[in-house]
Amino acid sequence: MLEIKNLHARVAETGTEIIRGLDLTVKAGEVAAIMGPNGSGKSTLSYVLAGRPDYEVTDGDILYDGQSILEMDPAERAAAGVFLAFQYPMEIPGVATMEFLKVAINSQRRARGDAELKIPDLLKKVKEAAGTLEMDMAMLKRPLNVGFSGGEKKRAEILQMMLLEPKLCVLDETDSGLDIDALKIVADGVNALRSPERAMVVITHYQRLLDYIVPDTVHVLSRGRVVKSGDKGLALELEKNGYAGVVGEAA
Amino acid sequence: MPAVQETIEQVRNIDVDQYKYGFETLIETDKAPKGLNEDIIRLISAKKDEPEWMLDWRLEAFRRWQTMSEPSWARVSYPEIDFQDIHYYAAPKSTSGPTSLEEVDPELLRTYEKLGIPLKEQEILAGVRKQGEPSDLDAIEGNGGRRVAVDAVFDSVSVVTTFKKELAAAGVIFCSISEAIREHPDLVRKYLGTVVPTSDNYYATLNTAVFTDGSFVYVPKGVRCPMELSTYFRINEKNTGQFERTLIIAEEGAYVSYLEGCTAPQRDENQLHAAVVELIALDDAEIKYSTVQNWYPGDKDGKGGIYNFVTKRGDCRGKNSKISWTQVETGSAITWKYPSCILRGDNSQGEFYSIAVSNGHQQIDSGTKMLHLGKNTVSRIISKGISAGRSNNTYRGQVSVHRKATNARNFTNCDSLLIGNDCGAHTVPYIEAKNATAKLEHEATTSKISEDQLFYVMQRGIPEEEAIALIVNGFVKEVIQELPMEFAVEAQKLIGISLEGSVG
Repeated sequence: MLEIKNLHARVAETGTEIIRGLDLTVKAGEVAAIMGPNGSGKSTLSYVLAGRPDYEVTDGDILYDGQSILEMDPAERAAAGVFLAFQYPMEIPGVATMEFLKVAINSQRRARGDAELKIPDLLKKVKEAAGTLEMDMAMLKRPLNVGFSGGEKKRAEILQMMLLEPKLCVLDETDSGLDIDALKIVADGVNALRSPERAMVVITHYQRLLDYIVPDTVHVLSRGRVVKSGDKGLALELEKNGYAGVVGEAA
Repeated sequence: MPAVQETIEQVRNIDVDQYKYGFETLIETDKAPKGLNEDIIRLISAKKDEPEWMLDWRLEAFRRWQTMSEPSWARVSYPEIDFQDIHYYAAPKSTSGPTSLEEVDPELLRTYEKLGIPLKEQEILAGVRKQGEPSDLDAIEGNGGRRVAVDAVFDSVSVVTTFKKELAAAGVIFCSISEAIREHPDLVRKYLGTVVPTSDNYYATLNTAVFTDGSFVYVPKGVRCPMELSTYFRINEKNTGQFERTLIIAEEGAYVSYLEGCTAPQRDENQLHAAVVELIALDDAEIKYSTVQNWYPGDKDGKGGIYNFVTKRGDCRGKNSKISWTQVETGSAITWKYPSCILRGDNSQGEFYSIAVSNGHQQIDSGTKMLHLGKNTVSRIISKGISAGRSNNTYRGQVSVHRKATNARNFTNCDSLLIGNDCGAHTVPYIEAKNATAKLEHEATTSKISEDQLFYVMQRGIPEEEAIALIVNGFVKEVIQELPMEFAVEAQKLIGISLEGSVG
C-alpha cells in the first residue's frame, strides 16, 4: 500500500533537511506505529506524505498503491485516498462543520467520478459516525474547529476520517491533548476503520495510544530515518528503556 | 454548499480578462454631443420634459460644481478625468414609452437574458406581459419565486417598469425619477436634495447638474411594501457617464427593501459613474438597501474598467426609524463609496454591512459614516475586505456622536483578508464622541489566508480554487446573511469569480 524509498525531504524556505534517507513499507491491512523523540521527523513525515508545499522532496520516492505520488497536490492525494489527521487542526471561520464535510466528501467523489452524495444520505452517514465518536450533532453546526476544545478537534478529525473512508490513514499525535476517556472513544473510532484494505500510519510520542490502537508494526524514527523496526513489543521496550537506549543502540 | 460549487464551475469557465458580462448591446442611441455646459443641461432637462424648478436646480448645481475641485483624500489613483470628453445624455431610440414586452427592443431582452440575473429576470419580464392577469402573478409566487419588481435603467432612460399596478394598489410609487418629477412633483420637491445637498461633494454636485435617470420609491404611511424592489443599472453606451439619481422615501411605519444589482459591458475606455442615492425614513419606518456591484473592473493589466464615485446616504429622520445598507462590491476599477446614515431621530438605527473584493489592479476606498444626532441611537458596521492580485482595498469609516446624542452606541468590526503578497488592505476609522454617555466599540483584524489553512482544506480533497472560495465565503458569511436570498447566492458566485486567478 505504502512504500517509502530512501526519502530525503527538506524545509523549502530554509533548505534544512529533516527526512534523511527514510525507508518504510506499510502493507494493506497493517497498522504501523511511528515513534521517536521530538525532532526526529515524525510530523514532517506526515506532511510530506500529504504533500504540504513547504517541504521539498530532494531524493527518493513515495509509492502509494505502486504509483509515485510526489507530483500530486494535497487535494489529489486526498481524493486518491490519503488522509492526514492533523496534530493541530486548522480553524475555518464561518464554515459550518457539516458544510465542510459535505464539500469535502463531494469534492472527493467528483474527483473519482462518483455522483455527489444526496443530503439525506449524507446526514445519515454523519449521524452514524458522530454517534460512534459520541459527538453532539449540534456541534456540527459550529464553524469547523473554531472554539473547539483540544478533544473536540481530535474527534472532528476522526469524524472526517470515518466519513472520507481513506485507504491510507496517517494519524499525527492524535493522542495529544486527549484525556483518557476521550482517548478511548477516539481509539474506538480508529479501530472501527481497521480493515484488510486499509493501511494506517499512527504517529505518536507515547506508548499510551498504542494500548488502545494496537499496532502490527512499530518503527522508531531518529534524525529523519527509521532506525529500528519491530512488533508491538518494541513500543513497550521504548516505554521501559526510553528512546535514548534504543536510538543509541542503533546509532 | 451548492453556491460554492457553482462558483467553482463558473470560475473554471472564465478567464480573468474575459469579463462575463462584457458584451455590448447594439441599439440605436440618441446622444447629446460630448462636453458639459449650460446648454447640455438645458437639453437634458428638455428631453425629460422637466419643470422649470428642476432646470433651475440643475443649473445652480452646475454653477457650484464649476467652483469645486475633485477630492484627493481617498487612497485611489487614476489619470485625470476630462469632464468635457464625456457624453452626458444618451437614450436608446426605441424607448418612447413601451408598456409591454412586445414594445421592448428584442436586443434589450437578449441583454437581460445574457445577464443571467439571479432574480429569474425572464419570469419577471414574463410577468410584464401578463400584467393584467393576477392569477399568473399568483402562479409565479406559488412556484416559490420571490416577488420582485424591476425598474430597469438601460443607459439613461427607464425602459421597463413592472408590477406597477400591484404596487399602486398598495399605494407604493415605484418609477423612474424622471417620471416622478413629472407625475409627483410635490413629493420630489419636498425630499430631493434634502439628504445629499447640492454642494455636498464634487461628484454629488455634478450628479445634481446632469443626472439622467434613476429610481423613485415612495411608500406611504403604515404600508409594508408587498415585494422587493429592484433596479438593474447597466452602462451601455461608449463614453457615456452614468449619473443615476435615486430617491427612496418611507413614511411613518412603512417598510421597503430595495435591491440594486449592476453589471456592465466590457470597455477599453474608463467609464465614469457618479450616482447619488438618498433614503429618507420617517418615524418607525425601515429601509433596507442592498447592492451587488459587478461592473467591469478592467483587464488583467488594469486597463479599462469603471470609475465608480457614489454618494449614498440615508436619513433616519423620524424616531425609531432604521436604515440598513448591505453591499457586495466586486467590480469597478475604482470604487469611492461611503453609504452613510444620519441618525437624527431618537432611537433610530443605522447598519452597514459590506463585502469589498478587489483583485487585479482594482482600487477600493469604501466604508461608511454613522452620524449620531438623536438620543439612544444605535449603529452597527460590519466590513469585510478581501484583497487579491495587485489590488488595494481601504476601509474608511467615521462614527461621530453629537453633543446631544445621549446613550449612543456603535459597534464596528472591520476584517481584512489578504490573498497573495502583492495586494494591500488598509483600515482608516475616524471615531469622535462629543457626549460622554456614548459607547463605541471598534474591532479590526487583518489576516492572510494562511498556507496552513489552505493545506488543511486541500488535504480533505478540496481543490485549491475551491478551497479559497470556501475560506473566503466563510470569512464573509456574516454579511452574506444580511442579503436577500437571491442576492446571497449571486454574491457568493461573484466573490468566487472575482477571485479567480488570485492563486498559483
